[in-house]
Amino acid sequence: MKICVLVKQVPGSDAQFSVSPDGSWIQETGLPFEMNESDNYALEEALQIREQMGDSEVVIVSLGPDRCQKVIREALAKGADRAIHIKEDSPYETDPYSIATSLANTIKDEKFELVLSGLQSDDLGFGQTGVILGEILGMTTATLVVGTEIQDGKIKVKRELESGWFQWQTMDLPASLAIQSGLNQPRYPSLKGIMGAKKKEIKESSFAEMCDIDGLQAFNGLSVQRAEKQTEMIEGTVDQVVNKLVDVFKNEIRIN
Amino acid sequence: MDILVVLEDKNGNIHRMSQEAITGAQQIGSEFNLSVGILAMGSNAAALSEQAAQYDVEEVLTLENEHLNHYTADGYGAAVAQVVTNENPKYVFFGYTYQVRDYVPRVSAKLKRPFLNDAVSYSTEGGNPVFSKQVLNAKLVTALQPSDGGPILISFQSAAFSSENIQSGSANARTISVDIDAAVIKTVTEDPFQEEAGGVDLSSAELIVSIGRGIGKEENIPLAQELAKVMGAELASSRPVVDSGWLTPHHQIGSSGQTVAPKLYLALGISGAIQHVVGMKGSKNIVVVNKDPDAPLFELADYGVVGDVLEIIPKLTEALK
Repeated sequence: MKICVLVKQVPGSDAQFSVSPDGSWIQETGLPFEMNESDNYALEEALQIREQMGDSEVVIVSLGPDRCQKVIREALAKGADRAIHIKEDSPYETDPYSIATSLANTIKDEKFELVLSGLQSDDLGFGQTGVILGEILGMTTATLVVGTEIQDGKIKVKRELESGWFQWQTMDLPASLAIQSGLNQPRYPSLKGIMGAKKKEIKESSFAEMCDIDGLQAFNGLSVQRAEKQTEMIEGTVDQVVNKLVDVFKNEIRIN
Repeated sequence: MDILVVLEDKNGNIHRMSQEAITGAQQIGSEFNLSVGILAMGSNAAALSEQAAQYDVEEVLTLENEHLNHYTADGYGAAVAQVVTNENPKYVFFGYTYQVRDYVPRVSAKLKRPFLNDAVSYSTEGGNPVFSKQVLNAKLVTALQPSDGGPILISFQSAAFSSENIQSGSANARTISVDIDAAVIKTVTEDPFQEEAGGVDLSSAELIVSIGRGIGKEENIPLAQELAKVMGAELASSRPVVDSGWLTPHHQIGSSGQTVAPKLYLALGISGAIQHVVGMKGSKNIVVVNKDPDAPLFELADYGVVGDVLEIIPKLTEALK
């Protein structure tokens, strides 16, 4: 089975953001970047499907600036077979439809049977790219996928619904699945994997070359979230903070 | 109509998030002089239409079709795209539910029109509404600028509008149809099920101690359990703690877990991703401890502490004994 995994590099979950002077994006200098969390689970799912099916190939596709090479290498070190890097210095200026179009143009001749992506990116959180890509390429689509089984030329997926409910659905291939985090245990790269990754192919193209349409929406600057509530900040040493918290619990909130 | 609200069926009733979207449509409609229509579809379309007809909108559209009796992204994507093409509203509103995430990007791609998902608020620019969305772990907000030339699809984050403000009234009724080729449906769905429910119903808990990524590692979980025990509180968590296997899924608060509104929600090491916030923002008192002063959950806190939960938890447990 030929499997494509869409991998995005995003700022780490602990990153502190400051808006760039022109207000268009954040200042990236010094920020830690890592693989988008749900993409990591999508990659693991692809590697597990390859292990079950045998005779399969896992191809990473990532869109973004040169720094994305780090997560591409990481994915190759974990076991992906090869990668395609669509270069774009300002990926945040594009929208999900344009990105999906560039991805579709990049992979349409590869004839993937399965495209796996993370449910949503931790930076922009559109959560649309994998579904739009599926629609453009005439694939079936499913999101919030928490389990997969390949059966008789179809794929059966377990989808998370709201409030703790789930549903199985059986879909024709090719399919594009947006993977929910937590469905497997992502592996760490082995030393052998890291060494081997250096020899694996990373094909390069550019977003400008691959996206032949105008975007459907654009960012209109970033601003800091305004506070919804008056928050009383408790400051001091750990002991002072703890004493004040006890006071708040007992005398303000009145827990018993 | 100018604004079309697409309803979601929740066991024969209008989904709470759809009611919020109707409220938003009514507010935006009256502010910008736009008429509002509501679309009910699927096997419960008649029941949903009847409920929707009690609201103050221009008209309620009812759509029944054999291919819409069970939800599939294939069928719903095709149906909504056709309705939007036929009705040509300026805006199409949805609640940002799991189902909307699943099929509305398909509608966006079919129509080549933007899907502004997860809007939290709107402002006015040049006499038109401009919609904003949270980005970068909900630490920053951006306005989204759609391209010109046709309907704009917008889904609203939970509580962007309060359904308590929904306006009752009357609405005209209209039955519509779409043409869905059976070959379009390439998905077969089974009945929804719940995994074995375990432990307590957090929704009735008065006090909740909730832990997030900041707890660091599985070995630190007993510290939080001990604190919850001395407080007489239930222990809960954000998604990453459950994903890591440190607590079982029934501890999870948020869009994929439980919704709670306790007297005290003590959030320890939880940054406040929107998926978590929607499950706990109704809490009467929210106390947040996090080492990151920019953690978005501080926005909702009544009391906040910037500090290391691993230092504070044991001392707090001791002090409350």
